[in-house]
Amino acid sequence: MSIGHTLLGLLEKGPRHGYDLKRAYDERFGQDRPLHYGQVYTTLSRLLRNGLVEEAGVEAGDGPERKRYAITGAGVTDVEHWLGTPEKPEPYLQNTLYAKVVLALLSGRSADDVLDVQRAAHLAAMRELTKRKASGDLADQLICDHALFHLEADLRWLELTAARLGQLKTAVTR
Amino acid sequence: MNDGGFTRGPGPVDGPGPVKVLLEAVDLHKAFGPTPALDGAGLSVRAGEVVAVMGPSGSGKSTLLHCMAGILTPDKGTVRYRDVELSAMGDGQRSELRRTEFGFVFQFGQLVPELSCLENVALPLRLGSVKRKEAESRAREWLERLEVSDVADKRPGETSGGQGQRVAVARALVTGPRVVFADEPTGALDSLNGERVMQLLVTAAKETNAAVVLVTHEPRVAAYSDREVVVRDGRSREMEPVT
Ligand SMILES: Nc1ncnc2c1ncn2[C@@H]1O[C@H](COP(=O)(O)OP(=O)(O)OP(=O)(O)O)[C@@H](O)[C@H]1O
Ligand SMILES: [Mg+2]
Repeated sequence: MSIGHTLLGLLEKGPRHGYDLKRAYDERFGQDRPLHYGQVYTTLSRLLRNGLVEEAGVEAGDGPERKRYAITGAGVTDVEHWLGTPEKPEPYLQNTLYAKVVLALLSGRSADDVLDVQRAAHLAAMRELTKRKASGDLADQLICDHALFHLEADLRWLELTAARLGQLKTAVTR
Repeated sequence: MNDGGFTRGPGPVDGPGPVKVLLEAVDLHKAFGPTPALDGAGLSVRAGEVVAVMGPSGSGKSTLLHCMAGILTPDKGTVRYRDVELSAMGDGQRSELRRTEFGFVFQFGQLVPELSCLENVALPLRLGSVKRKEAESRAREWLERLEVSDVADKRPGETSGGQGQRVAVARALVTGPRVVFADEPTGALDSLNGERVMQLLVTAAKETNAAVVLVTHEPRVAAYSDREVVVRDGRSREMEPVT
């Protein structure tokens, strides 16, 4: 997730303090990982440097938490471009998992074990998300669903690999 | 290769501590013709837990479920329900057990097409000699719980797949079973409907402390379980829940 773009997007509603921004971010998008203050301020200073935000008044006192930030015209253009560009489909875990399965086959270990253990770990994460979904509001549900579908995709790939272990073994040990 | 950690799972536990095993299958063998469908599979189920049975197609999941439910008799091995061996029961006793203690949800084709949905849900109670009025009022409550009161007077053929499956869940739960056997209960549903059916099934089972043995190949459905058992080549591996 691009924190910079997300913060910019949040600033479109009006200028905010860094602290406010963090809270708004965490509330909406921070379910998995709330932002650290450090991240907020490094990101804001980068956006400032690039002319995407500007300072909009400083309260009495010292420190970055006294400053308010406003989005600039260039910032708005940047958000627009970001929203209009699709995210790169990530290869997630396949590389690591594939390497483990192949190495297990090559070394004569049980590739089924690799798969069972990975499935267990994936299912544990999915159970957690499923529980959270049950108690959450619609926003929570949608965020959890997204994670669930991704984990499911990994698992489906694993099951398919498991069903083809014989073939794969022949191929990799040839 | 050794047997890759395939074990029978934990034995029964008495007294305080973990909940006692309710239903236990040990070292089941079953063959249809020359190739074995089950080759030493086992599974222990405790009251109130939801166990997902996973594994490739043809690995023996349904056969395991049918043996545990007393629908199939294994060639070798034992199935115990509350410490009584199913094979020691007479046929009548076994069907009585299935009707009173067990509930069943399958992928499709389980509702009687000539009866209304309400009559379908009331049927297991009627077979147990519950009076019609009483049976239908309990059936109505379950239809309501499963959010399908509106199809009560329709026949199964006049409902959507999702509605039909909810009716089937209502019918499986209406007798207050201790174990619900569900074989791909969401297999014919889209993901939103499938999830809702799972939510309703698991919630109702937890509320009544019924165990659920859930065969599924869908990870998102399996995520409603407490733990999973993997069946491969007729053998089973009970996985410890990861915390
Ligand atoms: N009634 C039957 N007659 C003959 N063979 C059978 C019968 N039932 C199952 N089998 C065979 O036993 C093996 C295990 O079948 P089972 O239905 O238990 O698999 P499964 O894991 O449930 O598969 P799926 O995921 O496709 O439903 C398969 O090879 C199957 O062809
Ligand atoms: Mg099956």
